[in-house]
Amino acid sequence: MQRRNFLGVIMAASATALLLPLRAMAAVWNKAAFEANKLNEAEKGLAINGEIPSKDIEIVAPDRAENGAIVQLEVNSRIPNTEAIAVFVEKNPTALIGNFMFSNGALPQIVTRIKMAETSDIKIIVKAGSQYFTASKNVVVLENGCG
Amino acid sequence: MKMRAKLTGDTVEVKVIISHPMETGRKKDDFGQLIPAHFIQLVTVTLNDKPVLEMQWGTGISKNPYLTFYLKSAKLGDKITVNWVDNLGQSASGEIAVVQG
Repeated sequence: MQRRNFLGVIMAASATALLLPLRAMAAVWNKAAFEANKLNEAEKGLAINGEIPSKDIEIVAPDRAENGAIVQLEVNSRIPNTEAIAVFVEKNPTALIGNFMFSNGALPQIVTRIKMAETSDIKIIVKAGSQYFTASKNVVVLENGCG
Repeated sequence: MKMRAKLTGDTVEVKVIISHPMETGRKKDDFGQLIPAHFIQLVTVTLNDKPVLEMQWGTGISKNPYLTFYLKSAKLGDKITVNWVDNLGQSASGEIAVVQG
């Protein structure tokens, strides 16, 4: 075994050991979905299929963003039994921004700040039971925020 | 980590700001070298140790992540805890009690 390989094995083993307590408290990070370059691949990584357009997803974001590094986004789902809100930016180098999962009295509503590489749709997908609902909002980006 | 949790009516509004570079791994430094990816991947929020919000993030969340969320099930004095872990295995947590808004 080459020295470099050997070190790799040791590091992978210790990383796994460190991750064990974490797995007990949260799901494992969805690498396939987050590293996907294309929107449809990212959606596939989250096992999303047959999404239905919905007017009950409210998206608050600016029509024009001066600086794509910080675009404030508010999402509010009025769909009953909303379990999760996934945020995508269609034209970012990796489309999936985040997945927010609610339980025990957390309202399906979030405000956060995201990066946008260029003018694009922000696409929201809401999971409710076994169904998926979607809405989009276009944001014009004047200065790239995805270095 | 900065946190605030205020009860108004029957809803608690929680605001969180985490200090973190959220590097994408695609940006170059002043010497043309790529800055390695360094970003938060998992965030867990608990209310009195019971999970209420679990998040998975990619590199598209802005630097020094900002988050507001709302809890229906919380009361004055309840304990809200936020834990995060990044792609390098670093982690931190913050805790705050619900106050009157």
